[in-house]
Amino acid sequence: MLYREVGQYKTSYRADEAIFPIVQDRWFVIALILFAFLVVPLFAGQYLYTEVLIPVLILSIAAIGLNILTGYCGQLSLGSGGFMAVGAYAAYNLALRVPETNIILVFLFGGVMAMLVGLLFGLPSLRIKGFYLAVATLAAQFFLEWVFARVKWFTNYAPSGSVAVGRIDLFGIPIDTPRSTYIFVLASAIMLALAAKNLVRSRIGRMWMAMRDMDIAAEIIGIRPLHAKLSAFAVSSFYIGVAGALWAFLRLGSWEPLAFDVNRSFQVLFMIIIGGLGTILGSFLGAAFIVVIPIFFNQLPLWLGIPISTAAISHMEFMLFGATIIFFLIAEPHGLARLWTIGKEKLRLWPFPY
Amino acid sequence: MLGPVLETLIGGLLTGVLYSLVALGFVLIFKASGVFNFAQGSMVLFAALSLARLAEFMPLIVALALSIVIMIALAYAIEFLVLRHLINQDSIILFMATLGIAYFLEGFGQSIWGSDIYKIDLGFPTNPVFVLESMFPGGLLIDPTELIAAVICAVMVLVLAVFFQVTRVGRALRAVADDHQAAQSVGIPLGQIWLMVWAVAGLVALVAGMMWGAKLGVQFSISLVALKALPVLILGGFTSIPGAIVGGLIIGAGEKLSEVLLAPILIRTFDLAGGGIENWFAYVLALLFLLVRPQGLFGERIIERV
Repeated sequence: MLYREVGQYKTSYRADEAIFPIVQDRWFVIALILFAFLVVPLFAGQYLYTEVLIPVLILSIAAIGLNILTGYCGQLSLGSGGFMAVGAYAAYNLALRVPETNIILVFLFGGVMAMLVGLLFGLPSLRIKGFYLAVATLAAQFFLEWVFARVKWFTNYAPSGSVAVGRIDLFGIPIDTPRSTYIFVLASAIMLALAAKNLVRSRIGRMWMAMRDMDIAAEIIGIRPLHAKLSAFAVSSFYIGVAGALWAFLRLGSWEPLAFDVNRSFQVLFMIIIGGLGTILGSFLGAAFIVVIPIFFNQLPLWLGIPISTAAISHMEFMLFGATIIFFLIAEPHGLARLWTIGKEKLRLWPFPY
Repeated sequence: MLGPVLETLIGGLLTGVLYSLVALGFVLIFKASGVFNFAQGSMVLFAALSLARLAEFMPLIVALALSIVIMIALAYAIEFLVLRHLINQDSIILFMATLGIAYFLEGFGQSIWGSDIYKIDLGFPTNPVFVLESMFPGGLLIDPTELIAAVICAVMVLVLAVFFQVTRVGRALRAVADDHQAAQSVGIPLGQIWLMVWAVAGLVALVAGMMWGAKLGVQFSISLVALKALPVLILGGFTSIPGAIVGGLIIGAGEKLSEVLLAPILIRTFDLAGGGIENWFAYVLALLFLLVRPQGLFGERIIERV
């Protein structure tokens, strides 16, 4: 009853093209963003910041990136970890070799480098499709992992192969507390999500979706596959690269290539499948789910007071994680975003049955 | 120079056979249900763990029989709990479901069987043998376990090929692979067929786990062998049993040869911290190959219509 669009007339094209055409949606999103910026810092503690909020937000950016490629353009990719590594190491090297660079430029550079590498590894997508392509993107994953582990220049000849970043500041304001990191990551995530949302609503997004739904038909109606697929690879890798740089700088601080191994790729893929393919909202929901669930399963024995060894906990975590994934796929193959839509439909009539 | 290279080549080919064994499991399931089964590596691990732990209490042959029963039960569980509920879903959803199964099996296997390194003793001679001593100084070094694995693999491929081509069930399997709905409408029970395929894939995993376990010891890293089998799969073609074998041989040999011949050059030119190129070489080889033949060596020709 409270949530319905009755009486909200669209009198201009601008109103018709709004991201959130329904007033209640708009207010809800604004309230949510204000809540995240103003209220969360009032009560959040260190643990909530570093283990939940910051990882969720950074991985959402990666998930948006992969969602553009897989969810919108239909190209299954298992190389996200590798592209995150490109972003991280490119940003590291720029910050190291040109120390005065603004941190935003550093992160963007990470994204741009990942974009170039993504374009290169996107080329095979013009020839190969489906699972063949998925396995081919694994080539990118393993090759990039190897490059950063073995080519000493990238790690600045660090003997252990692990690299660390120094002080990070933005226009003179240091980003060193969990709170300032959180605010920075939140702002980045919102801006990138907004950009992605607008991209997928525009001409280029429709091109990608046509490509996903049936590539030959799309080609026949005049969409150039080269253009559509490579642009998807480029934009997606850019997002993933930025996420990789943020992850390395703001979440890890010091890292080695193992932080971006194939499990990271699977993690991001899980996020978009659980969240919902082809939705920006789903990227956030999926990231939250995949980050929070293992923490929950890890803590569960402690809460229940069951004495259990760490090895057993980690095995249990694997089992429960796998089972949850399967459960969700069976219960709602279209992801959490779909549940959200169904919920909104229900809310429209509530509290009346019909 | 020729001696060591030839030795590496033979070693690579024999390792390649073991890759083929894992790839075979993928092909079977993909062929019959269109599911890209990422859990194959975990199934190999699970089978090897069961066999190794059971063999501690009982003679090997009994342990083997019990493991076969376990793998069939596993296939049943997967069909009953997962696949049955996902009929008609997108292939990417099924793929993710097998990833879920993979996570579950890794946790489950190590929970009930333990996570140490276990040995499987198949009673094969373990000392390397030297052959062709007359032709090369010192002869060529060959691991008999790998040789036996190669023979077992060849036998399995023959049996599977006959099974697929000649028997009634095999024909039903091919029909299901072609078109789920059409197969169902002519009275082929989809559930039973899937159960059958997963059981056969489980048995293949058991054999692969047995051979890898005898070679490396049974430990968590066995499940990563699946990642090595993927380039084999795309090189040979997802749907081809001979493809899995030939692909395995090419990848196995290419990987070992590249480590010996290419890695030193790369290390010298780019000042690397060690080689280890076998982690990606197979993938890049397969990728380059795919650019020429997108469906792999023996894959079915991809015909696309609007």
